[in-house]
Amino acid sequence: MQTTTIAAIATAPGRAGIACVRISGPQAYEVAQRVFVPVQKGRSLAQARGYTALFGHVFRGGTRLDEAIALCFRAPKSYTGEDVVELSVHGGEASIRSLLATCCEAGAAPAAAGEFTRRAFLNGRISLTQAEAVMEMIEATSADGARAAAAAMEGALFQKIHRECERLTALAGHIAAYTDYPEEDVEELREDRLRETLSAARDTLRGLLDNYESGSILRRGVRTAIVGSPNVGKSTLLNLMSGFEKAIVTPIAGTTRDVVEQDVTLGGATLLLADTAGLRQTDDPIEAEGIRRSNKKLEEANLILAVFDLSRPLSEEDLALAARCRGRLAVAIFNKSDLPQQAQVEQIEDDFCRCVRISAREEGFSEPLRQAILGLIAEKKPDPDAALLANERQRAAADRACAALEEGLDALDAGFALDAVSVCVDDALDALYALTGENASDAVIDEVFSKFCVGK
Amino acid sequence: MTAAGVRISNKGELWMDLLGSYDVIVVGAGHAGIEAAVAAARLGCRTALFTMSLDGIGNMPCNPSIGGTAKGHLVREIDALGGVMGIAADATFLQSRMLNRGKGPAVHSLRVQSDRQRYHEYMKRLLERTENLELKQGEVVRLLSENGRVTGVETRLCAGYAAKAVILATGTYLAGKIYVGEASYDSGPDGQHAAVGLSDSLRALGITLRRFKTGTPARANRRSIDFSRLEVQQGDEPVEPFSFMTDEELHNKVVCHITYTNEETHRIILENIGRSPLYGGKIEGIGPRYCPSIEDKVMRFREKPRHQIFIEPCGEDTDEMYLQGMSSSLPEEVQNAFYHTIVGLEKLEIMRPAYAIEYDCCDPLELDASLAFKAVPGLFGAGQFNGTSGYEEAAAQGLIAGINAARTVQGKEPVMLERQSSYIGTLIDDLVTKGVMDPYRMMTSRSEYRLTLRQDNADTRLTPLGREIGLVDDARWARFEADTAARARELERLRRRVLRPAEANPLLESLEQPAVVSGVSALDLLRRPAVSYTALVGVIGPGEGISPHVANQLETEVKYEGYIRRQQQKIDALARQEQVRIPPDLDFQQIEGIRLEAREKLTRVRPKNLGQAGRIPGVNPADIAVLSVELAARRAREGGETR
Repeated sequence: MQTTTIAAIATAPGRAGIACVRISGPQAYEVAQRVFVPVQKGRSLAQARGYTALFGHVFRGGTRLDEAIALCFRAPKSYTGEDVVELSVHGGEASIRSLLATCCEAGAAPAAAGEFTRRAFLNGRISLTQAEAVMEMIEATSADGARAAAAAMEGALFQKIHRECERLTALAGHIAAYTDYPEEDVEELREDRLRETLSAARDTLRGLLDNYESGSILRRGVRTAIVGSPNVGKSTLLNLMSGFEKAIVTPIAGTTRDVVEQDVTLGGATLLLADTAGLRQTDDPIEAEGIRRSNKKLEEANLILAVFDLSRPLSEEDLALAARCRGRLAVAIFNKSDLPQQAQVEQIEDDFCRCVRISAREEGFSEPLRQAILGLIAEKKPDPDAALLANERQRAAADRACAALEEGLDALDAGFALDAVSVCVDDALDALYALTGENASDAVIDEVFSKFCVGK
Repeated sequence: MTAAGVRISNKGELWMDLLGSYDVIVVGAGHAGIEAAVAAARLGCRTALFTMSLDGIGNMPCNPSIGGTAKGHLVREIDALGGVMGIAADATFLQSRMLNRGKGPAVHSLRVQSDRQRYHEYMKRLLERTENLELKQGEVVRLLSENGRVTGVETRLCAGYAAKAVILATGTYLAGKIYVGEASYDSGPDGQHAAVGLSDSLRALGITLRRFKTGTPARANRRSIDFSRLEVQQGDEPVEPFSFMTDEELHNKVVCHITYTNEETHRIILENIGRSPLYGGKIEGIGPRYCPSIEDKVMRFREKPRHQIFIEPCGEDTDEMYLQGMSSSLPEEVQNAFYHTIVGLEKLEIMRPAYAIEYDCCDPLELDASLAFKAVPGLFGAGQFNGTSGYEEAAAQGLIAGINAARTVQGKEPVMLERQSSYIGTLIDDLVTKGVMDPYRMMTSRSEYRLTLRQDNADTRLTPLGREIGLVDDARWARFEADTAARARELERLRRRVLRPAEANPLLESLEQPAVVSGVSALDLLRRPAVSYTALVGVIGPGEGISPHVANQLETEVKYEGYIRRQQQKIDALARQEQVRIPPDLDFQQIEGIRLEAREKLTRVRPKNLGQAGRIPGVNPADIAVLSVELAARRAREGGETR
């Protein structure tokens, strides 16, 4: 058991009607009693049963801070499995911070990020998949992301993986019965059915993996890279979009030598904007490093905003950049539309999903750009209720399972015998069961004895 | 050594004669006890082997057969370590088959029908002639102990024998009880007496005993079977021996037959199901899932219109036939009735009726991977007593228990086979880490490393270890080294030998394989699944000193190279975890952050290392993460102290 009692603000920051501090641990009630006094005489927190609420006031050093509701949970029937008191007060950044500070003065330790969930997991209140989904929810930066995380928690992912697990377990059970009981009349394992089961499972996993990309857009925001040759107006664009003077904008080519990042809310989505050093050949080691980082950002981006200067002919770098945007989620932004046009835009227009002409120096440029970006994201946006892989660990496991199934199919194609295929199926199952924390080989053996009539 | 006739006190209860003093005493001369006693004696320990009856040594009270899927692997591994089962099986077999030929080399499994009487005689003689080994008929009724440490045994005749280590290999004899229909009585297998009394003595030492159950089908007279209407099953020729040391050419001596139950058989069984002690609730023991009685099969798989029966001879000098697939505990009259519904068995004369047997066994979670009891120094368990089923599983454990009892007596570190080293290691790891809920049978699907742990390479995996332990004699070692050298030479020859398209293409064409346009090495050709080693040497000529066994090994290793390499990576990753040792005094209850359930499981199993800890059911990756942090912190603290 944990020996410390922790406290943290449990509601999201920002303006809201109500904010809440959660206190969890063996001394939760002692801490809360030092802070909270019920209105009704004769009632006290120490005597409160689980799942009850008390109305009262919170105090700091004898000064009444606010009206408050204390919600009581008794171990193990609480989110963390420990004694928990939740103190809800009227919202407001200052008052809730003050309440948290009071709780800490009264003996609680400030909780580390995700510590409530960690305790809930350690006390066996939630499974690893659920714990991860909660963590994702805490991190989710937009409303859609929170919904997708909630869907994973309710088991959309779990169920989807579980279905594949069941199918593969049935297959592995059949293989095991067929090989371990060669003399029993276990139905022969037909190669076409084997192939069918393997490819169906692989396709489902591939679907989950493809969805992962858009899933991560929902939760973490769209990783957006602003790229282009030096001095085409990338930083101006960033600053205008974000409303802050973040990057230094000067007319000297190569000014932005590092990657400048900024979150921007656009419609319901969050863009993680990264302004990058202009892409060009350079001998300056510092600039070269900046360009290396720009290239990395370009590779990692969900969305590319490629900026071109309409007032100059397209350079070789511009053409190379356009080629790199082919097949990606990319918008071509032709800047400086107010100047005489020199660039042959037809050369590169086909490389992009959308093309927008703007003049970053003029008011009102942003609306067509906004429309273009929102339109693109909407196309990519997955159904938040669909099963999404919630994080890297789950993605890696699905990826491993998918690769193992692929290898199994390759082994079949190459003419290898069942033993080689069967270890690939085992590997896939191991990866999938690792997600839910169950044991693959025990499941397979249970399958053998429940489905097949084998033995002397 | 204490002289015979000296009287010693045992807990002040009675005085008894101490008739001998040994390093190792083995209780039970079944398949586990034989390997245990021979191993301990060959390793230089003065050893005594006690059996209820000298006529029951190495008995096969169930199938007259050795090997089968995964079990064949175990026999090869026992042989590679210097055990005796493989050699005895080769010397006494009646029919041999390599199962699973079409399913890949990893699951090829050798199985023989054995001459039950010959096998018993072979083993009895072998024990009689083993140096340092005394063979004794006598029922062990009590363990002698001092301060919780085992010091010897007491027999039914009130004779005491001192020992530094005792191995229990009591099979289905321990508090055995037979059930046939409404009848039940205390008995060991095959008309032998049950071992009574010893169970209480084990409980007094703090050992948990459980009730398990198994069963066997009827034996019938050959002349009462109409073979003319049955399918014949021939053995495979040429016969591949079990032992790496068997040289003589072996030939099949008998055939087996196959018949099937039908709806009438099932009807009789279902009508009488209430008279089965299994379904009438008389049997409390837990039966094996993989070895269902015919009434289980009919009840659980009602949609199956028929079940298969193998008719196997029990020996060359007897007309007793074993009816594999028909184990039952129904009354004898019902057995008669349902057998008579089966094609070919209409006039069957039953010689030994089928029966179910219930017996005491231990909880293997109380053992460590050396097969020693964690809480009772000097005491080891092996075979069915440990909750397994099968002669081969028993023999494998007997060998390891015998080796480790000897090493304990000699003050050496125990040998613990790792899971990734062998099926023996997998079997023991499963027993002592996961425990068993029903009698445990080895299966190829239990090994995640089965492409590496093949029956063809048991020698390369284990013979060097057997040599180190001291069970591999000079002859076996010389053969192993010769085979190893021949294989390396042949691999080199295949690598260097380049076939011109004119040489390679006729072969490829005959196999309907795409032709080559330039020279190709023999090794690369062999990598193709379709090109066999035999076909290849047909073109390039035979390799020097390559026995069929080495050829098999070499071919599989070349063809499966990619898969084997990947498994090796998994094994290496596991080995890293296995190297993180858990100190024997670590108090899991005190580690904050490990869930309560996991703490209890860890405390119970007491894993030796992080790898084993991770395989305990109920211990999850998060617990292992916390545990590994704790171990690292502990190492850092201790490192700091010593500096």
